[in-house]
Amino acid sequence: MSQLRVLVGCKRVIDYAVKVRVKPDKTGVVKEGVKHSMNPFDEIALEEAVRLKEKQVASEVIAVSCGPQACQETLRTALAMGADRALHVEVSGSEYEGLLPLGVAKILAALVKKEEANLVVLGKQAIDDDCNQTGQMLAALLDWPQATFASAVSVEGEGLAVTREVDGGLENVRLSLPAVVTADLRLNEPRYATLPNIMKSKKKPLAQMTPGDLGVDINPSLTVLSVEDPPVREAGSKVEDVDQLIAKLKDSGVF
Amino acid sequence: MATLLKTTDTQSAIEELGALLGDRLSTSPAVCEHHATGETYHAPRPPDAVVFPETTEEVAEIVRICAAHGVPMIPYGVGTSVEGNVCALEGGVTLDMGRMNQVLRVSQEDLDVTVQAGVTRKQLNTHLRDTGLFFPIDPGADATLGGMTATRASGTNAVRYGTLKENVLGLTVVLPDGQIIKTGGRARKSAAGYDLTRLFVGSEGTLGVMTEITLKLYGIPEAISAAVCSFPSLEAAVNTVILTIQSGIPIARVELLDDIQMDACNKFSKLDYAPKDTLFFEFHGTERGVAEQVEQVREIVQEFGGSDFRWSTKPEERNALWQARHDVYYACLALQPGKKGWATDVCVPISRLAECLIETKEELDASPLLAPIVGPRRRRQFPRLLPHRPGRSGRDGRGQAPQRTHDRPRTRHGRDQHGRARHRLRQAGVPGGRARRRGRRPHAHAQADGRSPQPDESRESGRRLTAGLCSRLWRASNASFKE
Repeated sequence: MSQLRVLVGCKRVIDYAVKVRVKPDKTGVVKEGVKHSMNPFDEIALEEAVRLKEKQVASEVIAVSCGPQACQETLRTALAMGADRALHVEVSGSEYEGLLPLGVAKILAALVKKEEANLVVLGKQAIDDDCNQTGQMLAALLDWPQATFASAVSVEGEGLAVTREVDGGLENVRLSLPAVVTADLRLNEPRYATLPNIMKSKKKPLAQMTPGDLGVDINPSLTVLSVEDPPVREAGSKVEDVDQLIAKLKDSGVF
Repeated sequence: MATLLKTTDTQSAIEELGALLGDRLSTSPAVCEHHATGETYHAPRPPDAVVFPETTEEVAEIVRICAAHGVPMIPYGVGTSVEGNVCALEGGVTLDMGRMNQVLRVSQEDLDVTVQAGVTRKQLNTHLRDTGLFFPIDPGADATLGGMTATRASGTNAVRYGTLKENVLGLTVVLPDGQIIKTGGRARKSAAGYDLTRLFVGSEGTLGVMTEITLKLYGIPEAISAAVCSFPSLEAAVNTVILTIQSGIPIARVELLDDIQMDACNKFSKLDYAPKDTLFFEFHGTERGVAEQVEQVREIVQEFGGSDFRWSTKPEERNALWQARHDVYYACLALQPGKKGWATDVCVPISRLAECLIETKEELDASPLLAPIVGPRRRRQFPRLLPHRPGRSGRDGRGQAPQRTHDRPRTRHGRDQHGRARHRLRQAGVPGGRARRRGRRPHAHAQADGRSPQPDESRESGRRLTAGLCSRLWRASNASFKE
């Protein structure tokens, strides 16, 4: 089969280890001064793409990120993990607040055509919005086959054989290329960006553009009305020993 | 010095601490029990109260209050210690540092980081993953850096990256009178003043409470490769390690697991290695450097009759391998469920390693004890031998611990590192060498059983053997150092 040109989406999100806090004005969550990093599912997607390149199934891996200037840090990590080139689609301020999966899918569709990519690997969902929509919408816009929640990907003839993790178990599908694949947790364990590679990544090309350059309209079709904490759990009461516990359970009518 | 003779007034101390900390002080039995022991076979000794400080100033205030009332204090990380390090032998207050778990500052260009004492090593490495840096010290457990510093932790990477002692740049410590001091700094090299940092590293909580630690970081190497191979005999495996180190191959990790240990790991971690004496290697470096190291070691392995040389660069396979190594303690316990493990270790010069290991193995094979051997090879030719000995269950007829009569094994360099803690416990009259059934309340067991257990004959001989073994190890290592 002809070599694949792989496009990988890398979203910059709040680091998974950080405790997220809602802003007092309920317009969103606190992002200032909070550690951000690449969406973990995107790391897995990128790792899979880099492995395809190492197996010489793919000829080039292009990392893409949509967002403010800080996304370039995420792209540098992607380059350090083994991507060849990076594309930063600049979207900032309130436009970025309103950027939803459909907008991202339209941007990626335009980039796919521009870069003549024939495989797109995305994380199955972002850990900040948990939408799980971009991959599916992109496949629909491009009219390409899709395999989501991939836990194993291999080349089979002129297409791909993918194992999907679904509620009922594992599903094996075969897709022809070009295709969209979204990565699930058990697909692989991403490598850590090594220090020499981080240094080398500074020399790899990183191109910047806007959605307008690609002719894409990312006007949101949804408006966020408010963001609130989940309701506070009722305070429990601590008991000093088992007898007290049993007494409390009896009072509450459990037995 | 007059304060040493103060009488202890725990109640007043707890009242004052309660006023200071509110609900971050707990005297509930469950919380105290949880802080009564680590992963050790020693009997749990709960403190009178547990506090959860959040800042260095709070720790200082807690220390001042306790010192004023003569109350003992035990700093507590996550309780992964194996030598009774957190047992409150005389009651007192345990300072649970778990809420002080912030990574304060990362300097990518200077390759150092400052963390609070409650940060665990896995948390730190996860935090650093975008920077291309890592902190290489990895004792098996996911311990806090405070705990690791207090016990001068080593790990599988010690052969190349050193132990905690070589990797701490500075500390913030609260002294026993409540004074806060900063030792060291960020400078990699300094000839100014006394090296107080090194005094505190390894002090096991006897000199102060560490609240912040500045550590050296290393670049994640470009290529990492892990390899496993099995050997027909322990001697072959050991000689391979000796020759590898003496050849100057900059190996990053090398671990020896004997056949019992390998079998335990296979069962516990679901691996499929041959249950023979096995070496686990890891090579760090550039792509070409690693390939070269692998080749050199493969030749040495073949020379000593090693087989099934398997190696991998994939992160998930490498991690699975080392996780299996880190789980050896639990794998050993799983070999004989219901028993506790008694870990001990010895440090000998590399030239005497083969002799020491083989003699030990022969003695163990001849004994009724089940003692797997696992050994990280330290750098500078001071390897470590770690027989794990799941202990005997049951109690003797008197329901009391027999006193142990043998000497602590000592080496000139690492003293029997576990001996120090055991010594303190023994002095306090705690049964230091006996295992009990899992389940923390011996008296409850006796009540449930109804009958008093019979003295176990094999236990007596086991104890004699242990005594004999320890003194032999001591003599052997002492002798080897004198030569």
